[in-house]
Amino acid sequence: MRRASPRAVRLLLLASLALAGCGIDVEGRSDEPVAGAGAPAHGDTFIQSSISDIAGLIPNITSDSASHEVGGLVYDGLVRTDRNLDWTGQLAESWTFSRDCMTLTFKLRQNVRWHDGQPFTAADVLFTYQTMIHPKTPTAYKDDFLVVKDAEVLDPYTFRVTYSRPHARALQSWGLNMLPKHLLERYVADGKLKESPQNSQPIGTGPYRFREWKSGEKIVLVANPDYYEGRPYIGRIVYRIIPSQGTIFLELKARGVDLASLTALQYVRQTEYPAFRKAYRKYRYPSSGYTYFGFNLKDPRFADRRVRQAFAHAINKQELIDGVVLGMARDATGPLRPGTWAYTNRVKRYEYDPEKARALLAEAGWKDRDGDGLVEDKEGRPFTFTIRTNQGNEERKKVAEIIQQRLKEVGVGVEIQILEWSSFLKEFIKKKRFEAIVMGWGVGTDPDQYVVWHSSQNGPDQLNHISYANPEVDALLEAGRSSCAQPDRVRYYHRLQEVMAEDLPVIFLYFRDALPVVASRVRGVEPAPAGIFYNFTEWFVPRELQRYTSG
Amino acid sequence: MALFALRRFLLAIPLLIGITFVSFLVIHLAPGEPVEVQTGDLSVQSTAQARQALRELYGLDKPFHVQYWKWLTRVVQLDFGRSFQPDGRPVLTKIGERLPITLLLNAVEMLLIMAVAVPIGVLSATRQYSLFDKVTTIFVFVGFATPDFWLALLLMILFGVQLGWLPISGLRSLNSEYLAFWPQQWDFISHLILPVVVATFGGLAGFSRYMRQSMLEVVRQDYIQTARAKGLPEQIVIGKHALRNALLPVVTILGLSLPGLIGGSVIVESIFAIPGMGQLMVQAVFSRDYPLIMGNLVIVAGLTLVANLCADLAYGIVDPRIRMAARRRRR
Repeated sequence: MRRASPRAVRLLLLASLALAGCGIDVEGRSDEPVAGAGAPAHGDTFIQSSISDIAGLIPNITSDSASHEVGGLVYDGLVRTDRNLDWTGQLAESWTFSRDCMTLTFKLRQNVRWHDGQPFTAADVLFTYQTMIHPKTPTAYKDDFLVVKDAEVLDPYTFRVTYSRPHARALQSWGLNMLPKHLLERYVADGKLKESPQNSQPIGTGPYRFREWKSGEKIVLVANPDYYEGRPYIGRIVYRIIPSQGTIFLELKARGVDLASLTALQYVRQTEYPAFRKAYRKYRYPSSGYTYFGFNLKDPRFADRRVRQAFAHAINKQELIDGVVLGMARDATGPLRPGTWAYTNRVKRYEYDPEKARALLAEAGWKDRDGDGLVEDKEGRPFTFTIRTNQGNEERKKVAEIIQQRLKEVGVGVEIQILEWSSFLKEFIKKKRFEAIVMGWGVGTDPDQYVVWHSSQNGPDQLNHISYANPEVDALLEAGRSSCAQPDRVRYYHRLQEVMAEDLPVIFLYFRDALPVVASRVRGVEPAPAGIFYNFTEWFVPRELQRYTSG
Repeated sequence: MALFALRRFLLAIPLLIGITFVSFLVIHLAPGEPVEVQTGDLSVQSTAQARQALRELYGLDKPFHVQYWKWLTRVVQLDFGRSFQPDGRPVLTKIGERLPITLLLNAVEMLLIMAVAVPIGVLSATRQYSLFDKVTTIFVFVGFATPDFWLALLLMILFGVQLGWLPISGLRSLNSEYLAFWPQQWDFISHLILPVVVATFGGLAGFSRYMRQSMLEVVRQDYIQTARAKGLPEQIVIGKHALRNALLPVVTILGLSLPGLIGGSVIVESIFAIPGMGQLMVQAVFSRDYPLIMGNLVIVAGLTLVANLCADLAYGIVDPRIRMAARRRRR
């Protein structure tokens, strides 16, 4: 459940699937006393702001974060993540992996009904799987299901999938929203899923039932009284679509919305007055996307690891985090989110040390030979290059500027070019026509990042734009994704992070913090490594503080 | 006359086809494609294979002329297709649900602009270089030069946050369906006040200046002199004889701005969270939703041509010389 600009949405697609974690600091504070006051009560309306409209109401075929957020309340998956981002059963009561990791068997809950009263059974699970692999289903999430060798219904409440080889994302992929077979079967068969009534009037099994969607205006959900985990407390949820960040902030000040994500500037400087602190509680926890400084590794200058390490020493990360996001971010030491189960921080760090940077550059053959302040190679060619990044992201622009300044101090000349998003992707990233970039990656719940770092994934339509190729990394990525035994995987991914920190395919900069605020009349919000939304159905407003009817 | 109209109408058809061809070409030349946007360009989960499957599904793997021909043959049967976006709804439905609010806002704005700009224009023309003329000139140009998002935010802070008199954004309050009839209407109107004010303020300059200019020319004419010489009171001279003639060019401009009625202002709509045509179009462009972009373009282009046609016909009615010329040619 997060808000993002359309651009960020594309990058942080997987944000709704949170990460696993332990021992990371999360904060929540307000002047209003939290504990004690008011007993849990049903009712009230919770008003959320959403910067963009949803794309549709079958999230299996949408890729924007707003649809996934709304869909997550209407539909359920077989499994979900808990407060610590560990997988736990949702529609599945339990699951077992076979010893060789190839077979996964789910035991389903028996008391679940669709919002129209029909019982939910294993036939629906099989149907959802068949929908995902149907050639005419326009979904971006096919790949996890194309690797399934066999899926079968053993009895109405037992479902078994068999893979042809171990698949690391096997369990996670069944967090997929389950679709009702009795309503959608013929649409899927005709390849008309998008045109089905379900896409505007969804029937799910989730804690909230769909009430209405006014395109561009609002989406209304109401509590499902028959939810198998009990009726959720908050009676009605209204997503108000407000396409301007500035307007959302003004609505917040006028108490017109109950939840919004703040920018770092708003969080630190513009919301510290008493009335705001009385009306809202602020939260802060790491988000699932990081910003990096990447290179075209086909360029011989950047192919030299010493040059990349020199750059890492030349950049003052703390200065960067303070300057760009007012300190509202955490140092990234590798591609995995701090606090998740596969994460380790026992890796090589690069402290800010311009001397060391100069020494490393000199070792790589870059010295200031003519005294003009720029380092040159043996033929006297100065070290200059262009950093490209996309338009409309102030943060990345500032990152590029700070890097430019710091690299100048060690004798490297940097130009900055800001490009419109689509042409940046199509003309520069995909065609690999860049020297260096400032970009971001969104990371999923699973540490598997094969498609980003494996040397086989560097084609024009693939994601290893930087052309990274390291045999040890390749081997670790392969090993990591073909095991379902967590202790083994932890070993592979710890080693992977060590190797990548040493090798620095990109300079990992920071994971930005998510900075949501929630109306202080809402109780039961418990910040955890997973954020605050994992227990939304337990949030409540004490009777005496309820502001609205619940519809 | 009927023949004249028919000829003009038939001439408009190839023009419309030409417009759609060029638009279709330009949209397809723009970098980025719907498939990328849908799979989330850089999402870790989407692969080349999934993208190729989507391309085939939408027929985007076919050559350009094949795509255009297929589109054109469907549009001729008034089938604008379905949106590429995952909601997959028909283009006409999507436009249909956004059009009323945009039409309402633009119509109210247009009426307000006329109601304010015409008197300002007339008065500043009849009192040229007076204090009133100078003050209104400054006023309308300040309106013209003020960025509307900035004015909108200031008004929202004042009336929405500080004073709390008006709602900040949206079209209806949360509890609007539970209100009685009249409070419900007021609720709706109160949501429209700020957007209409912002849009009107920016549009005053153009019309009031046209009006002033046109009036200045008319009052120099001999027949105004004659009217004054007859001893008619000044109000009648200006209000009846001069105003009617001075309004003609302004009405022409007004006619030509009719197609603009269905195009929403993206900035005003986004800031006030109004689900209108502007937002729909921008969203369509960002997600490279070809059927929706083309559907909207066809409607705007069609309306523009119809407005032009009407303007030509109206000239014919108003100005006998055009009618006569057509008749002479026929002979």
